Amino acid sequence: MDINASLLGQAITFAVLVWFTMKFVWPPLTTMLDERAKRIADGLAAADRGKQDLQNAEKLAADKVREAKKQASEIIAQAEKRAAQIVEESKDTARVEGARIVAGAKAEIDQEVHRAKEALRAQVAGLAVAGAEKILRKEIDAAKHADLLTSIQAEL
Amino acid sequence: MSATEHLPTPSEYIQHHLMNWRTPPEGGGFWTIHLDTFWVSLILGFIFVGVFANVARKAKLEAPGRFQLFVEVIIEMVDQHLKEVFHGKSKIIAPLALTIFCWIVLMNSMDFLPVDFLPKVAQLIGANVFGMDPHHVYLRVVPTADINQAFAMSLSVTVLIVVFSISAKGFGGYTKELFTAPFGPALAPANFLLQMVELLSKPLSLALRLLGNMFAGELVFMLIAMLPWYVQWAAGAPWAIFHILIVILQAYIFMMLTIVYLSLAVEDH
Repeated sequence: MDINASLLGQAITFAVLVWFTMKFVWPPLTTMLDERAKRIADGLAAADRGKQDLQNAEKLAADKVREAKKQASEIIAQAEKRAAQIVEESKDTARVEGARIVAGAKAEIDQEVHRAKEALRAQVAGLAVAGAEKILRKEIDAAKHADLLTSIQAEL
Repeated sequence: MSATEHLPTPSEYIQHHLMNWRTPPEGGGFWTIHLDTFWVSLILGFIFVGVFANVARKAKLEAPGRFQLFVEVIIEMVDQHLKEVFHGKSKIIAPLALTIFCWIVLMNSMDFLPVDFLPKVAQLIGANVFGMDPHHVYLRVVPTADINQAFAMSLSVTVLIVVFSISAKGFGGYTKELFTAPFGPALAPANFLLQMVELLSKPLSLALRLLGNMFAGELVFMLIAMLPWYVQWAAGAPWAIFHILIVILQAYIFMMLTIVYLSLAVEDH
C-alpha cells in the first residue's frame, strides 16, 4: 500500500489506452451512430412526405372522380336532350313525308280522275257519235257533218 | 506447500493477499513497480480497446448485431452525459470518459473471480516453473485496489484539468483566476490557497473513493474466504451480487466526476 513508480507506469498505460480509444474507437463509432440517426430522421421525413403525397393523390383522385361524374351526367343529359330532339325531328320528318305522300296520292287521284274523265268523255263522245251516227246514218252524211260533230265533242 | 508447514493464520493470509507482485521483490522504495497491477490492467486495457476497436471497425450502419448494440449503448451513455455536462469543445474528453468507464469496470470486475483463484495459479506457476518459494509468490488481481492505479488515473485527470484550464483561459487567464477567484485580488494568497486545495482535492477524492470501495470489497471477499467452505456462499453470494452494483457505480462515478471537473475547468468561475 505504498505509492511508487507503478503510478507512473499505470499513468502511461492509461494515456496509451486513451490515445488508442481517441484514435480508433470513438470516432468511427460516433460517426456511424450519427449517420444512423440521420438516416432514421431522413426515413421518417420521407415517410411523412409519402403520407402527404398519398393524401394529395387521394384528394386529386376524388376531384377527378367528382369531375368525371359531373361530365358523365352532363353527357347523359345532353344525350337525352339530343334523343328527344331526334325523336321530335323524325316526327316532323314523318309528318312532312306523310303530307307529301298524301299530296302525291291526291295529285295522282286527281290525275286518275282527269284521265278517267278524259276517257269517259272520249267514250261518251264516241257513244254520242255512234248514237248520232246510227240516228243520222239514215239522214246525215258523216263526212258532211264532221265539223258539227267535232264541235259537239269539244263541248263535252 | 509442504506438509510440515502450518496453515496461514488469518492475519498472515490477509497480509499475503495484500502484498503486490513487485520488482524488485524485496521492494525498492519509490522505484518499485507493481507487476501484478501492471499486467492485469494492461491485459484488461487491451481487451477493452481490442473489443471496442474490433466493433468499431466492423460496425454496421444497418442491422447491427447484439454485441454492436451493447457497445453502442455504452458509447451513447457516455455521449449523452458529455452533451449534458460538458459544453466546451474537446477531442479527448469523450474517449477519456469511455476509457475510464470501461477500464475501471473491467478492473473492478476482477473482484468477481474467486479471491484465491489467480493467486493460487500464480503460486503454482511460480513454484513449479520458476522454482520460487510459494510463500513469496504474491498476486493482487484487482488493479483498482492498488493505490497506484487509482492515483495514476486521478492524477492524469488532474493534469488534464490544468491543461484544459490553460487552453480555455490562456496561461495568464488561468494564473489570474488562481489568485483572484473567489475573493477578488485583495485576498490573493487566500485565493491561491483555496484554489490549490480545490485542485488537489479532486484527484484525492477521485482516487480514494475508488480505492476505498475496491479495497474494502477485496478485503470482505478475503474475510469471507476464511469462513468454513460450506457457509461461504451465504455471505459470498450476496456480497458478490451487491458488488456488481459497486463495480459499475464506482466506474460511473469516476467517469462522471472526470467530465464534471473538466467542464468546470473550461468554464469561468
